[in-house]
Amino acid sequence: MTAYGAILGARIRMLLQYRAAALAGMATQVFWGIIRVMVFTAFYASLRPGVEAPMTLRQTVTYIWLGQALLGLLPMRIDGEGAGMIRSGTVAYELTRPWDVYWAWCMRAASLRIAPTMLRCLPIVVFAVALLPASMRLGPPASPAAAGLFALSVLLAVALTSVITALLTITMLWTISGEGLMLLLSGLAWVLSGIVIPLPLLPDAARHVIEWLPFAGTLDLPFRIYIGQVGPGEAAGVLLRQVGWTLALVMLGRWMLASGLRRLVVQGG
Amino acid sequence: MLNAMRLYGKYVGVSIRGQMQYRASYLLQLVNHLVLTATEILAIWALFARFGSLRGWSLAEVALFYGLVNLVFSITETSMRGFDICERLVKAGDFDRILLRPRTTVLQLMGYEVRLTRLGRTLQAVMVLTWAITSLNLAWTIDRIGLFLAAVIGGVCLFNGIFLLQATMTFWTIETLELMSIITNGSVETAQVPMAIYQPWFRRFFTYVVPLGCVSYFPVVGVLGRPDPLGSTPLFQWLSPLAGVIFMLLALQAWRVGVRHYTSTGS
Repeated sequence: MTAYGAILGARIRMLLQYRAAALAGMATQVFWGIIRVMVFTAFYASLRPGVEAPMTLRQTVTYIWLGQALLGLLPMRIDGEGAGMIRSGTVAYELTRPWDVYWAWCMRAASLRIAPTMLRCLPIVVFAVALLPASMRLGPPASPAAAGLFALSVLLAVALTSVITALLTITMLWTISGEGLMLLLSGLAWVLSGIVIPLPLLPDAARHVIEWLPFAGTLDLPFRIYIGQVGPGEAAGVLLRQVGWTLALVMLGRWMLASGLRRLVVQGG
Repeated sequence: MLNAMRLYGKYVGVSIRGQMQYRASYLLQLVNHLVLTATEILAIWALFARFGSLRGWSLAEVALFYGLVNLVFSITETSMRGFDICERLVKAGDFDRILLRPRTTVLQLMGYEVRLTRLGRTLQAVMVLTWAITSLNLAWTIDRIGLFLAAVIGGVCLFNGIFLLQATMTFWTIETLELMSIITNGSVETAQVPMAIYQPWFRRFFTYVVPLGCVSYFPVVGVLGRPDPLGSTPLFQWLSPLAGVIFMLLALQAWRVGVRHYTSTGS
């Protein structure tokens, strides 16, 4: 257990060094957030009287800012080092070490998601709470209970996104370059996690499917607890959904890793 | 001039043949891009299905804004790759080689690599524009077509200018400022919807500092022939794409100053 903790800690400390990149990333995200808030404000202003959207404008604005603050949790790319290992064959060393490769890779994946989020989250939140006009601001959580459940749900989201990232790394054992699949998946994750449009605003038919996919558990579900669109009563079901997907993807990942390693051929002398 | 164009044609030919060596990877990237942008377009459609309109702008009208800026950006991206990676040339000292050749730096960088993968965005933009034009039921008179083409040309000039400025800065900073992506990609994001919906300070920045509105919003309003909520006159709508051309000419001047300032790095 301590070995896995050590991987996680060491890699987070390493990734925290990239502060300049984080600064530029933050500026981009703030800009994106501002555009999105303005576009959605305009959409809400066009609602015909009597028609109601599934969330209020205030909730949507808060949802958008949470998305920018926690964007780092999106299961997009995998870490370059893990990909490089598989491409160059040094993955063989990884197998000789006295640990379970699956959990080691999960920890790598977790550090890749946690470190950038740690760097970016707070400044973006401060900006979105303090420096914007009232109508564009990140609002407070719906209730103290919502705040607590949100925190719990974010932790589960970290677990879920790490497991998805680990799974992406494992698929590299087959695809080697993996770029095509990675690009496609990261683009889909963008839409399916609610960054492009908050999922409750999607057409109902699409929404009922997308809500049940694992990507919703990485960002959308925690946000909905925060804004109170999912009440404390229903939150248990949401948290269970996150746990369920995490467990299912752990099993899938372990199985794929085992069969991938069986057919692994490492060249060189 | 003729000689320069022939040389540019050669550059394009070489880089296309080079990329065609990796046909599978090229096709995969193209398909990827189409799938991703298709989801983006579906997302916009979904919002219109939910809210009805965007402050009085219909989906077809917004599609015209969306298609125009994506078309313009894809044309720029295809040809300006050399400026995009100018940082690498400067960092490695490779820019020396470009200075040694008896052709202008701008021509050589424009021909550095013509990226075919960007054709995915062009294709998508053309499809969106086609859909917008057929569902808008506008009479495509000569002056409408003229104004639209002026917007395309002005837009390509503006984005060329932005890429030029981004590259120029690397002569001093050695590194591409990540922040510039706010101006490049951010401009595309901004101009995909009518700028009238944004707050005044934001609009002012994208009209007077980076004249993005002048090559997308104002001419498109003119093409649509609807009264502008911002109150621009038809004369202004016709003149505004010139701002893109002027922006590029200024950027070219900055580039010349930058090249003169260049001191080689590398060893």
